[in-house]
Amino acid sequence: MENENLDEKFMPTFFEKKQLVTPGELLAEGDYLPGENTYAEENKIYAQRIGLVDSDNKKINMVALRAFYVPKVGDIVIGTVMEVGFNGWTVNIKSPYNAMLRASDVLNRPFKPQNDELSTVLTAGDLIVAKIASYDRLHDPQLTVGEPGLGKITRGQILHVVPTKIPRVIGRKGSMISMIKQETNCQIILGLNGVILVTGKTPEDEELAITAIRKIEQESHTSGLTDRITQLLKENNVNVEEPKNE
Amino acid sequence: MNDKSDRLIDKKGVRLDGRKADELRPLKLQVGVLSNADGSAYIEHGKNKILAAAFGPREMHPKHLALADRMVLRCRYHMAPFSVPERKSPAPSRREVELSKVIRESLEPALFLELYPRTGVDVFIEVLQADGGTRCASITAAALAIADAGVPMRDLVVACAAGKVDDTVVLDLYDAEDKLGAADVPVAYMPSLNAITLLQMDGILTPDEFQQAVDLAMGGCKKIYEMQKEALKTKYMVVKDVEEEKEVDE
Repeated sequence: MENENLDEKFMPTFFEKKQLVTPGELLAEGDYLPGENTYAEENKIYAQRIGLVDSDNKKINMVALRAFYVPKVGDIVIGTVMEVGFNGWTVNIKSPYNAMLRASDVLNRPFKPQNDELSTVLTAGDLIVAKIASYDRLHDPQLTVGEPGLGKITRGQILHVVPTKIPRVIGRKGSMISMIKQETNCQIILGLNGVILVTGKTPEDEELAITAIRKIEQESHTSGLTDRITQLLKENNVNVEEPKNE
Repeated sequence: MNDKSDRLIDKKGVRLDGRKADELRPLKLQVGVLSNADGSAYIEHGKNKILAAAFGPREMHPKHLALADRMVLRCRYHMAPFSVPERKSPAPSRREVELSKVIRESLEPALFLELYPRTGVDVFIEVLQADGGTRCASITAAALAIADAGVPMRDLVVACAAGKVDDTVVLDLYDAEDKLGAADVPVAYMPSLNAITLLQMDGILTPDEFQQAVDLAMGGCKKIYEMQKEALKTKYMVVKDVEEEKEVDE
């Protein structure tokens, strides 16, 4: 009983802001709540993954440096069609579960096997931008492409990043991503599953955008990243613009 | 054998390989060594050289092995034919099948199996060179590989053995001591939670000696745990330090 009272008074934390921690590291003791990538046991908060800790009032959060994508309803993802089935497609969305895309969703009308040949619409290997329509513990995720901007990808380049780093690529209120879009003249679609589609007018533009995103992924846990990315983009843009002026 | 060659510890308390009774073999740990695996680790524990690779969580194959209420962990411990002085058949032996099970069971308590039902995590452990205590080194490396794959864990699992050699309880037995010694006690341990996940004993010990051996092994585990954390962090620290130094210079 004595100990319990003491805990409530002191409530110590064992980390500095943005400190790098490993699974099992004790983060806080006392009346705290486990947030993302942390768990509680006997009044103590521990880390679940390797990442950077941060606290929000009484909630201990962590940004994981290594993680996989877990589907969430409403997320936009980019997936690869793996298999054409009887009434839909199996799609690999780089998560522990394979997603299903129903034929009736793509065709926008009831699907009749005698009239429609599914492989003419999408075949194995095709890339699609889709939205998670439903998902829970018991059922594999269902996808939908019935919204503007979703559907089969016809051009551009794909790159993969660790899914937890997508928010860093977006930046505060989308500052990072809009800057990259502006400086490189590329259209960029971020799949929350860590797959990114870059479409630009020239391959050089696309390359520059990819280099920038790669840099963000690698250095996402360091400070002053925005400035370095700005510098990278500006430096390279000068090279692109110079020949035009001559 | 004569009396002299039988001694594994000399009068000064130094072992055949020059260590003291409570000394670990030199350790080297590296994370993320295999690019095709979701997570990987390499360990050099004395003369042991072991690679561990983790995949998943991913859809279970074959499908009927998936469990509706939790994730499945599969481990494969395998020794390369060239890992021991006499060529070992590459086919899985009785010992390897058993060790695969033992390693799996020592890692399972560290995972949140209930979080991702119907999926599986696969861990492949390849012993490239063996010199006693490979099960312990394998567990240490496998835990790192799983953490590197981004699978949520309660704690990293560390393993270390203790045993009895020439009537002395010693830490971290190597091949010769394991074969000629009186007892071997491998312990796998989660230091942050103070929980033992594997405890085996081979040989004969008095209850006192057993307690001594477990304490010694747990002490060894704690030392390795620090190196394990360091290895996991190093990968990211390097980038962080370099970039922040650049900034200071500017």
